[in-house]
Formats: sequence, structure tokens, C-alpha cells
Amino acid sequence: MYRYDEFDAGFVAQRVSQFRDQVERRLRGDLTEEQFRPHRLMNGLYLQLHAYMLRIAVPYGTLSSNQMRKLAEIARKYDRGYGHFTTRQNLQFNWPALKDVPDILAELASVEMHAIQTSGNCIRNVTADHFAGATADEIVDPRPYAEIIRQWSSQHPEFSFLPRKFKIAVNAAPKDRAAIRAHDIGLQAVRNENGEFGFTVFVGGGLGRTPMIGHKIRDFLPEADLLAYIAAILRVYNLEGRRDNKFKARIKILVHEKGEAAMREAVEAEFAAGERVGLELPAAEIARIRAYFALPALEAKKPVSDRCERRRGKDARFSSFMLCNVAPHKAVGYGVVTISLKPVGGVPGDATADQMDAVADLAEDYSADELRVSHEQNLVLPHVALDDLPAVYDRLASVGLATPNAGLVSDIIACPGLDYCALATARSIPIAQRISERFGDGARAKEIGPLKIKISGCINACGHHHIGHIGILGLERAGEETYQITLGGSGDETASIGQITGPGFSSENVVDAVETIVSTYKALRRDDSEDFLAAYRRVGMAPFKEALYERSAGSDI
Amino acid sequence: MGEIITANRLIDGVVVFQAEKGWVEDFAAAAIYDEGEAAKAALALARQDEASNHVVEPYPIVVEMRAGHYAPKALREAIRAAGPTTRLDLGKQAQGQSPRSLARA
Repeated sequence: MYRYDEFDAGFVAQRVSQFRDQVERRLRGDLTEEQFRPHRLMNGLYLQLHAYMLRIAVPYGTLSSNQMRKLAEIARKYDRGYGHFTTRQNLQFNWPALKDVPDILAELASVEMHAIQTSGNCIRNVTADHFAGATADEIVDPRPYAEIIRQWSSQHPEFSFLPRKFKIAVNAAPKDRAAIRAHDIGLQAVRNENGEFGFTVFVGGGLGRTPMIGHKIRDFLPEADLLAYIAAILRVYNLEGRRDNKFKARIKILVHEKGEAAMREAVEAEFAAGERVGLELPAAEIARIRAYFALPALEAKKPVSDRCERRRGKDARFSSFMLCNVAPHKAVGYGVVTISLKPVGGVPGDATADQMDAVADLAEDYSADELRVSHEQNLVLPHVALDDLPAVYDRLASVGLATPNAGLVSDIIACPGLDYCALATARSIPIAQRISERFGDGARAKEIGPLKIKISGCINACGHHHIGHIGILGLERAGEETYQITLGGSGDETASIGQITGPGFSSENVVDAVETIVSTYKALRRDDSEDFLAAYRRVGMAPFKEALYERSAGSDI
Repeated sequence: MGEIITANRLIDGVVVFQAEKGWVEDFAAAAIYDEGEAAKAALALARQDEASNHVVEPYPIVVEMRAGHYAPKALREAIRAAGPTTRLDLGKQAQGQSPRSLARA
């Protein structure tokens, strides 16, 4: 893991003391709310529906045991005993008091964490594949690049007041687990014909009220040019992006209006003309940062664990856990374990302080002290020996975290929605809870197969509904919650925006509508190996539409 | 129908409601104004409390009679006055402070 050097530590400590002073001045009345708001937002502090909300950055989703324990401690001491892991690989506390926030930030700084740039029109937390550094299918660990971008973009004088927020994601496996094409900039690490590392660059993806899939503007960008090229993109955006209309200010609108070819041309021209001194990444610096992310020393293991296989043979639930929640590791005899934060009927992404402590202990005992947060609101133990899986599973089960549903129908992404969020127009958590209760995490869910349901409580799309295989958008119509459904969205390497089925559904009927969609899929799939997305892409919207609006009693039209 | 003035308390962000005297945490203890001049005057008073840094972002909400008690008309305000519908152990409802007429399923 990356460790702060003297500069990092000094920088974060300085920001804590600056914010402490700003809070004191606000509480004394020396600053008005209008003057204070930009300062609190730059430190991740929002005012939400019930209270303040503090969003803490988890850079590229990587956490140590020690950091997780600190989050648990803060949850107990300053909040309500739990935290919410978000679709941006961050953590949110929903109830902190303003007077306590400087102390919380000081506690975070003590474990090399902060809340800087988790809000505001700046470059936000850089996200990455949550299996990074462990997964068998990556060509390189993408996190060193994310860390380099993080360092470069922190308090960047030119890019701290962009037209709108700016999100960058990095992926390095053929399987895109970081939804890079739904980001302002998506970077796919690739190797060229000479074996050199570089990036395929996507620009102008994004969700929200105008969903767009990112455009590929570079096939291969040498890694040394990473920062210079990102700077070129940001310069074009900073100059040409719209500042007159908040809803048209994201780079996706610029790319859409300008066109892919013109955007590419503008970026390449800026890149060619730009001052690259100080921006070219020296190989030695990349190597220095990469060293922090070295694969931990893992004891050699047999490819198949007898202990694990024995347990698998006699415990169906453990077997399901192995199937859904354990992914292939780059080291023989190890697995990447997803800890589902989606217990049936639970709140997606929530973890209690006790669960955080338990996960931290597991990481310390079985996963080289490392953890990841996924944008799918789950946690990951990246380096677990297959021999240890029965013990890890049992300990997870003892704290309610062994739900064997990763990637299944009940592994639902949901934003906080109207239960917490000041911007929301409808609740999303209760819909997720009811869907997961309907389908469960057992035989029925397994039989349905891979299915991503994503729910947002407003058009800002924090719940990524546009890229859900089944997407649900909560809206308010005449004082009532109503839910629009989209089908066929995907955030992976085959990214697509879901299509609206038709008129929305009431809260009462939306779960039945999802069931109708699932039943329709099951009836028309070629066989069990054709998953929902593949089937939808083969048959299109028509059979689902017909089932929802012509045959089902569940529709509200 | 009437109006209540609500805001968040500066120091801790807690949702508060304007009462006859000062601000209260319990919706049931809030002052209810007729829509129009009375509510406007109350909001003006709330803005003074904002200027003196007691509360943040005061605004009026519409309330209506339900089952003999006042309740916020909009779901958003009902949730804000009670707490998350998915965690009844959190927010005002956990302290017995939610609007009395709000029956939760």
C-alpha cells in the first residue's frame, strides 16, 4: 500500500488545521454559511437531510486493517455506529456534528486518510478495479497510476475550479470492473506490440441526467505521458466546458456537442503544444510508486485446497460462497474474496462498526493486511489462501457478512435515496431491501444467474441505474414515489446505457415489475449459461415490454 | 394546511423547527403558521437566527392535518422530521420525536 511521505503527512495535517480554524470561525460567526460552504465541501462535508454528512476518500478503494479500524472507531465515537460504503469507493458518515469534524479529520490523518476533494468541482477520488493488485486477469496493477494521478491532482491550482466535478477511473484487466466508460476520463491499461505499458483513453462518459458512454480518443498513450495527456484533456474542458448551466457543465456534454473527432483533435493539439516539463513521468518515479503496491509475500500453495474442497462437498452455502464471492487470484492457491454488504433485507453498503472491526481483523489474519472497497458497495479481502477460506467464511458468517450473493440479483447497488439525501426524489434503499427479500441469496438467486440491479433515488444517478442490467430510477410524481425501469445497461467493457421500459411503477408495484422482467428472461433464455444481459441483447426490449405492460397486472398505466 | 419553519442547527446539523420561542428538535412542538403573512414573518425571524449563526438554511414546509395531528405534507419533510424509514433506531423517531400522525409500515 502507498504510505505517506513527509510531504503528504504535512499537507494533510495542514489541511486539518486549516479546516479546524475555518470551523471555529464559522461557529464564532466570523464566516457566514455562504463563505463557509465552499470550505466544508472541499473537505467532504455536506449538509444532508437529517444532519451533516462526511464523505471520506478511500483512494482507489484500498484500505489497510488499521484504517478500517479507525473508521470503526470514528463510527462509534462520533457517529451512530455504522458507515456507508458508496458507489465511488468512499465511506460516508451520516450523522457527524460540525463541531466534531476537525477532530474526525485529525483522527483520519493519523492513519493517512482524509476527505479532501470528495466534493466540489475538482478531480475527485480516483477509482480503480476493486480486484486490482490481486486479480489473475490484470496485466498490471492500475493503482500506482491512480496514486500518481491522486498526488498530481490534489489541490491542483489549475484544476480545482473546473466547470463541474471530474471523475477518473483506471482499470487494467480485460474485464472492466471499474466502469471506466461511465467516467469523465476512463483509463484502460494496455500493453503495445513492444510490450510497453500505456493506456487506452476514454473521455466524456458519465451518468446523471444525461447518461453517456465515454468515447475512445486514444488507442495507446505511453505511460510516461499520462499526466500530460490528462492535463491536456482538462485544459480543453476548463476552457470550453460550459459554466453557464450546471446541468450541461460536465465534460460529457462538451464531448457530445463538440463531437468525438473534434474533441480528439483539440486534446491532441493541446497535448502537442503543452508544456510537458515536469509532467513527463520518469520511469524511476513510476517504479518508486509501484513498489508501494508490490504483491505481498504469499506462501506457495497447492492450486486446489483439500480443506476447502471437503467443506465445499458438505456445505451448500459455503459452496455458493465459493462460486459467487471468490474470484481467481494471480497467485496459485489464493482467491480474491468479495464480502457482500448486501444481506437479504439489509441496506446496501452499510457496515456496522463491529463488522468493520471484524473485517479489519480478517484482513490482518488472512489477507496481508489489505482490504478493498468496490464501487458495487462491497468489501474485498484481496489475498486469501484457499486453505483459509473455510475459516474466513465462518468468521464472516459470525458477523452477518457471509452472504453468498456477489454478482447475483440481490447484490444491488442503491444510493442512499430519500432516506438520507437532500437531493433525492424517492427512496431507493427500501426498494433494494424488498427486491432482495423477494429473490433472496439462495437457490432462486443462483438459478437466475448474474444480474446487476442498480437503483438511484434521483436523476443524479449515484446508484448507477443507467448501467444496471435492470436499472431503477426513483422519481416523484404528484407527491408519490414512482419508479422508472431501464433494461440492458452495463458498466463493463461492453458498456451500454439502459433503455426505459415505458411508464413508471408505483412503490407498491415496482418489485412485481422486476419479478415480471426476471420471469420473462428465464422463459426466453437459451439455457442457464445465457445471462440476463446477453439474453436482453439478443431479444431486445419487446418481450419485456409486452410482459410488463400488456400481460402483467403489475403495471400502473 | 399550515406552515412550519425548519432548519438545521449550525453546531451539529440536527434538524430543528421554529417554536413560539426559539427552536425545538421535536416536530410536535413546532409553531404552526397560517400560510401567507404569518409564515413570511416567521421565516424572516428565522433568517435573523441564521444571520446570528444559530441555524442554517431555514425554509418553510407545508403541513396538513392527518388523524388529528399535523404532519408534513411532502414525504421528504416527513422523513426529515422522523428519520430514515429503513432505520427506525435512528433520527428523531428513535427519541420519540417524529410527527405523531406518521404511521410507519
